[in-house]
Amino acid sequence: MGNAQTNPYGSANLSGAAGHAILRRRGPLVIWWTILRISLEERLVYRGDFALGTLMRFLPLVTQVFLWGAIFDAVGAATGQPTVAGYHYGEMVAYYLLTQISRAFSSMPGLASGIALQIRNGEIKKFLVQPVDLVGFLLLGRIAHKLVYYVVAVGPFALVFFLCRGFFSGWPEPTILLACIASLVMSFLLGFFLEATLGMLGFWFLEVSSLLFVYMLFSFFFSGHMFPIDMLPGVWATLVRSTPLQYLAYFPAAVFLGKIQGADLVWGLSVQLGWVLFFIVASRVTFYLGVKRYSGFGG
Amino acid sequence: MHDKLQPRAGVQRVHPSYLRVFLTFARNSLVRDMTFRSNFIIECVSSLSWMAMNLGYYLLIFQFTPTIGQDSGWGKYEFFAFLATTLFVNSLVQAFFMPNAEEFSELIRTGGLDFALLKPIDTQFLVSLQKIDWSSLSNFLFAAGLLAFSLFNLTYWPTLVQIVLYPLYLACGVAILYSLMIALAATSVWLGRNQTLYEFWFYITNFSRYPMDIYQGTIGTPLRWFFTFIIPLLIVVNVPAQLMAQPLETQSWPLAIFTLFAAVGCLWGSRVIFSRAMLSYRSASS
Repeated sequence: MGNAQTNPYGSANLSGAAGHAILRRRGPLVIWWTILRISLEERLVYRGDFALGTLMRFLPLVTQVFLWGAIFDAVGAATGQPTVAGYHYGEMVAYYLLTQISRAFSSMPGLASGIALQIRNGEIKKFLVQPVDLVGFLLLGRIAHKLVYYVVAVGPFALVFFLCRGFFSGWPEPTILLACIASLVMSFLLGFFLEATLGMLGFWFLEVSSLLFVYMLFSFFFSGHMFPIDMLPGVWATLVRSTPLQYLAYFPAAVFLGKIQGADLVWGLSVQLGWVLFFIVASRVTFYLGVKRYSGFGG
Repeated sequence: MHDKLQPRAGVQRVHPSYLRVFLTFARNSLVRDMTFRSNFIIECVSSLSWMAMNLGYYLLIFQFTPTIGQDSGWGKYEFFAFLATTLFVNSLVQAFFMPNAEEFSELIRTGGLDFALLKPIDTQFLVSLQKIDWSSLSNFLFAAGLLAFSLFNLTYWPTLVQIVLYPLYLACGVAILYSLMIALAATSVWLGRNQTLYEFWFYITNFSRYPMDIYQGTIGTPLRWFFTFIIPLLIVVNVPAQLMAQPLETQSWPLAIFTLFAAVGCLWGSRVIFSRAMLSYRSASS
C-alpha cells in the first residue's frame, strides 16, 4: 500500500507552475477536495481485494471463538462461575468482534513507514516547496482510504455480525452508542497522529523499521486487540492503562459493552481527547524540528 | 554455481548431488545473513520478543483457567509443550520454505522462473530451498527451551517411544505445511498475482495453533473434520504435541497413523499441483 512506484497520491495533478496558479485562484478548500477525490479514486481500484481481505481478517476470530469456548467450559467446571475478568462467554466473543471495528478505525497500515520512506528517499521535499501541508495531505489520504474501506467492508462486517448476533445482548443505550462512536472517531485521529509522529522520527533515525516493529508488538498486545486488558493483573493493568494504546482497540469496544459507564466514561473520553490533542501537537512539533535538520539534495 | 553442477561437454544428463546443492544453499544463506549481522540479530530478537509476548498471553489465560477445555488434558505445562511444538514446526517452515514460497510467486509473476527451469536440477527442489532464513531458527532454540521447561514441570516423563516418534511427527507436520504452501504459491501461475491467497495462508494456519478438541459443536465438529481430513492442518501440531505432552495410554493411534499417510499424500499432491503449474507456465519475460 502506498508504494512510491504507483505514485499513489496522484500528486502530478497538483504540481507545476500552472497547478500553483490554479490552486491559488480557487482557494484552499478546492485543493483539499481535489486531494480527497484523487485519493478516493485511487483507493477504489483495489475494492475486490479489499472485500476479500476484510472477510479473511475474521478467520482468526473463528479460532478465538472456539478457544474461549473451551476456556469458559473449563473455568465453569472449575469454579462454577463461567466468567473471566468480569466477561462471560458471549461478552468475550462480542469484545473480539468489536475490537475489529475499533481496529478498522485506528489501524494505519503503512503510514509511519511511508513517512519514514519519504524522508529517506527525499520525496518529502515536495511538501517543502509546494503549498500543501504534509500532515493534512496524509490525513485526507487516510480519510479517503478509510471511507472506501468502510463502504467496501460494511458487507463482510454486516455478515459476520449478523451471524454472531447471538453473542450480543442487544444494542446499548443511545448515549452509550454516541460515546462509542465519538471514541471510534477519536481512535481514528489518535491512530493517525500517533503513527504520523512515529514516522517523523525518520528525520532522526533513517531506518525506523525496528522501532515500528516494537510499536506494533506493544500495540498488538496492549491495545486490547489480543485480549481485553481487564485481564491484566495489578501493576500491569495500571501500566497499560496509562498508555494511549488502549484507546486504539479496547476502549471503544468496552464502551459498547457497557464496561465503562458514568464518570469513568466521561473521564475516559476526555483522556482520549487529551491524547489526540497531544499527538496532533507532537506530529507538528516533530515535523517542524525534523524539517529544520533535514537536508535534501538533487532533483 | 559449483563446478561439479555444470553439465560438462559431452555429458547429456547430470545427476546433481542434492545434498551438496542444499548445503551450498545453506552456506550461501548463512554468509548473506552474516554480512548484515546486526540486522540478523535484530530479526532474532524481534521474533523472540514476539514469542515472549505470546507466551505472556497464554500465561495470562492460565491465570483464569486450569485447562483449555474441560478435562481435555491441556493444562498449563501440557499447553506450553503444545506451544513449543507449534514453534518447532513453524520455525522450520519459516526458515526453510517461507522465503522461497514468497520468492516463487514473484518468480512466476516476473518471469524469473525461466532461469530456475533451465538449471539441470529438479525445479521444485530449487525453488523450495534456495534461500534459508537462519534467523527464524532462533525460535527453534526458544522452542527447545520451552519444551524442556514444560516437560520438567509435567507430572510424567515421556517414554522412549514418544521421544523417538516426536521428531518424525514434527517432520510430518513440516511436510504438510510445506505442501500447502508450495501448492498455494504455485497457483500464481493461473491467478497471476495472489497476494491475498498468500495472506490466506497465514490466516488459515491459525487453525493449527490450538488443541483440536476445542472445535466442538454444530460448527466446530465439521470444522475439525474438514481441517483434519480434507485440509489436514489440525494434525500438523496436534499429533506431535499430543504425543509428547500426553501420557502414552491416552494416545490416539489411528490419528497418528493417518498423519503419516496425510504427510505423504500432501507431498504427492503438492508435487502434482507443482508439475501442472509448470506445464501451464508461460514466461512473463521477453
